[in-house]
Amino acid sequence: MAKRSAPEVNAGSMADIAFLLLIFFLVTTTIETDSGLNRKLPPIEEVEPPIIKQKNIFQLEVNRSNQLFLKAAGDDGSVIELKDLRKLTVEFLDNGGGTGPDACQNCQGKKNPQSSDNFQKAIISLQNNRATKYDTYIAVQNEIIAAYNELRNREFKKAFPNEDMNFVEADKKYSDPRTTPREKAKLKDKIEQIKLLVPQKFSEAEPKSN
Amino acid sequence: MSKFKKKKGGELPAVNTASLPDIVFMLLFFFMVATVMRQNTLMIENKLPQADQIEKLDKKNLVMYIYAGKPSQNYKKQFGDEARIQLNDKFADITDIAAFIAAERASKREEEIPFLTAALKVDSDANMGLVTDIKQELRKVNALKINYTTRKGNALEGLKRR
Repeated sequence: MAKRSAPEVNAGSMADIAFLLLIFFLVTTTIETDSGLNRKLPPIEEVEPPIIKQKNIFQLEVNRSNQLFLKAAGDDGSVIELKDLRKLTVEFLDNGGGTGPDACQNCQGKKNPQSSDNFQKAIISLQNNRATKYDTYIAVQNEIIAAYNELRNREFKKAFPNEDMNFVEADKKYSDPRTTPREKAKLKDKIEQIKLLVPQKFSEAEPKSN
Repeated sequence: MSKFKKKKGGELPAVNTASLPDIVFMLLFFFMVATVMRQNTLMIENKLPQADQIEKLDKKNLVMYIYAGKPSQNYKKQFGDEARIQLNDKFADITDIAAFIAAERASKREEEIPFLTAALKVDSDANMGLVTDIKQELRKVNALKINYTTRKGNALEGLKRR
């Protein structure tokens, strides 16, 4: 029997098919990742609340019509604007009004004896109404985190002046998968140190229902 | 000099395109690997609020998405105007969250469970009541790492535009 050669498959349209698939995946690709405000919820177990001095609490309340009501630093409470919140929060945290063992070495504030003692003692308490809008709540959270970041950046710069970055950048670099493990270990210590120095003490009360 | 003349007369050779499919396939594989297809069809309005103190949410497989907002146009008749929770592809009740978290945890390896983050994708117009209920429910099942997913932008300006 005569040997027949197998007919050659025409591969000319291969590129077209591949292009078609390519375009499909190009269109459906979403490379961007989600981002947002990371928070940690308190565990549900009931612990006796520790006794806290009134002057160390930054009592913030958001009512049903999205207005902010602040009780802090000896003030009996006043309505504040959202744009002033960051400044007021920094002022409160950075006050350093403590004396003796409570004195604050790193605070640069006014040392008002009516306001917070030091970074470790200062607590921010947020209470919102059930009818508060979510975007107002996020804006308030954002401002509070911004205030903490501002102080942490300052302390980071002061503690590690030759690092050439601030706390937020260091934290970003730490969570970047491209950073080598050795760098990570070094950064971790520094970040933890600053976090310990300026802890985020943030408490959210159960919202009011009316 | 005839040597050179001969060359001039020759036609431009066609570019060899035999490796074109290879190049295209290479690109194709890249996009196939990089593609994340939308897992959930949204049945609610989901205009995220803006914030600027944000952190990236890496490790997509360790994120549990909880959506909340008003039902979108198509579902308004059936489900009304009140903000609701959406888990996976359907509307859910506040009590379904515990089961949802348990299911997500069961699908992950044991050592990954502490790193699971609940991403709250809540519409700007939702009320805090709903969000608080979700948070309370998450606390009950001990899913304490949460992330309020936002868009990047100035938080104060975002509010004004409402």
